Amino acid sequence: MQTFDLEANGLRALNEALQAQSQHTNEIAWEVVNPRGSHAIAVGLDAPIEVTVKGSTGYYCAGMNKQATITVDGSAGPGVAENMMSGAVIVEGDASQYAGATGHGGLLVIKGNASSRCGISMKGIDIVVQGNVGHMSAFMAQKGNLVVCGDAGDALGDSIYEARLFVRGEVKSLGADCIEKEMRPEHLEILRGLLERSEIDAKPEEFRRYGSARKLYNFNIDNAY
Amino acid sequence: MANDQKHAIPQTMPIQSATFSPEVNAEIRRAAATGIYDIRGGGAKRRVPHFDDLLFLGASMSRYPLEGYRERCDTNVVLGTRFAKKPIELDIPITIAGMSFGALSAQAKEALGRGASLAGTSTTTGDGGMTPEERGQSKTLIYQYLPSRYGMNPDDLRKADAIEVVVGQGAKPGGGGMLLGQKISDRVAEMRDLPKGIDQRSACRHPDWTGPDDLEIKILELREITGWEKPIYIKVGGARPYFDTTLAVKAGADVVVLDGMQGGTAATQDVFIEHVGQPTLACIRDAVRALEDQNMHRKVQLIVSGGIRSGADVAKALALGADAVSIGTAAMVALGDNDPKWEAEYQEMGTTAGAYDDWHEGRDPAGISTQDPELAKRLDPVEAGRRLNNYLKVMTLEAQTLARACGKNHVQHLEPEDLVALTMESAAMAQVPLAGTNWYPGKPGTQF
Repeated sequence: MQTFDLEANGLRALNEALQAQSQHTNEIAWEVVNPRGSHAIAVGLDAPIEVTVKGSTGYYCAGMNKQATITVDGSAGPGVAENMMSGAVIVEGDASQYAGATGHGGLLVIKGNASSRCGISMKGIDIVVQGNVGHMSAFMAQKGNLVVCGDAGDALGDSIYEARLFVRGEVKSLGADCIEKEMRPEHLEILRGLLERSEIDAKPEEFRRYGSARKLYNFNIDNAY
Repeated sequence: MANDQKHAIPQTMPIQSATFSPEVNAEIRRAAATGIYDIRGGGAKRRVPHFDDLLFLGASMSRYPLEGYRERCDTNVVLGTRFAKKPIELDIPITIAGMSFGALSAQAKEALGRGASLAGTSTTTGDGGMTPEERGQSKTLIYQYLPSRYGMNPDDLRKADAIEVVVGQGAKPGGGGMLLGQKISDRVAEMRDLPKGIDQRSACRHPDWTGPDDLEIKILELREITGWEKPIYIKVGGARPYFDTTLAVKAGADVVVLDGMQGGTAATQDVFIEHVGQPTLACIRDAVRALEDQNMHRKVQLIVSGGIRSGADVAKALALGADAVSIGTAAMVALGDNDPKWEAEYQEMGTTAGAYDDWHEGRDPAGISTQDPELAKRLDPVEAGRRLNNYLKVMTLEAQTLARACGKNHVQHLEPEDLVALTMESAAMAQVPLAGTNWYPGKPGTQF
């Protein structure tokens, strides 16, 4: 286990050390202490390493992650795991706005609640939230899956494309062109897999599925909002 | 009424309304028939005060000129000297603006890279990510970081020579991109993670930051991912240039890119192109003032774009305080866009060479603003790149010619004192004297 004191050694040194790890590194396990809400912790990683941040983070923790598994042992600020390509990010506490924004792949698990715009413009990432998500979540979501075990705020899935949204609790309101859709066996299977990988105890049958009505896919004045 | 009486009464001449002109009426009929606003490419077509309304004061007695093409007049420029470990060094102060693969064919993007590299300057990606052809042919490539984040990935970010955070565009400040379904080929769809054939709306705002305070942190993240090597440009549409430039500097920009309303777009609403934003000429001095007020002029470089067509435009933009300019529409014309040799095909589409702007339809006969493989094949990237290189060299020679006439041995030594304005509007916007006077509107302590 490598332990890195962020307060003592600084952000640049941390990211340089983590970004320098190769595909075949032996230094798999990293612990970052004293994060104290710093921004851009563990960004741009591209190796199968495991990083645990012992405390809460500021903006953009684990941004553009590839391959790494990054655990925030606290809460995460805005934009956690933004544009993630692959790997996994686990937030033990809550996440602020834009969690998983524009993510192309990988798995983001938020054990607490997520704020507004969770999964905004997601492009293939899977996001599982054990608690609630705020308003405008999955805005313009293109691809991937957003699983919400609690409730969703206003305008869920506004202007959504092909992403799948699964919500167990209440949805305050749906956004433009977002509708409830039939939960078919293949969707239950996808959901079961995501809940298992996230180590969250919930039954897929308790969720409802939402997605695009596809009325805005090609311009028609009668469908415009 | 008898025939001779009828001819005795003079008739009123039919008068077309200036308000309801034939063009306006045609647009009303088109809107009534289709139920959709007009969408087109390009920049503002209306006449607005422009660089043509300024003139250089060549040297005579009070200034000392340099000999044309014999005496040295340098054109190099360094961009990104504020924070980046590896600033961009260009041979000429004319760069190629961001244009997306998707809006343009792969051949056109490759040609832009070839031409720019031959001329010793940079080209820029666009809303759609980086293609291998473009990276391969561009010696210096700027990677646009756009609200849509189509195709955004850390590998391409690291392959770039600089990163341009696009906050606004001159053709549509406050608007997002539109790539209509007919141009979405398999490759474009895959790059953008969207189904083939649907209209693609690039968001009008960034998804994961909401203001200059957030942007400062976003830029920190980009720098941490790329090891603080690459200059960070911030591109703003020419709407509130003083405040937008001020905030871009505050957010940590190495370079501010300012795009006036004549700047083009792949496709957006005509009402947006013609009715939003300010002319390029009106934006420059306010942006320069914002830099000067922060003691950042020449420390944070300013690139100006939007309707730059000639070496005269380049020289005038530099004289007003820009460090470099950027061209988009002009580069497309240099590649072969709107070439009269395709006139018959333009006419078949109800337009004419020189006015073709329905780039969103993907039927460009020149093979530039299309994803149709048969049309795209018409553009030879090598030949088109050669044409762009020629054009860039001509613009540079022209700018040098004007600079030498003003006694400058570097084009960046041009200054507002080298200019006068032909009209009161341009005098006010450029803040240079009206020709024959020492006055411009708004100049403190003077009266008309």
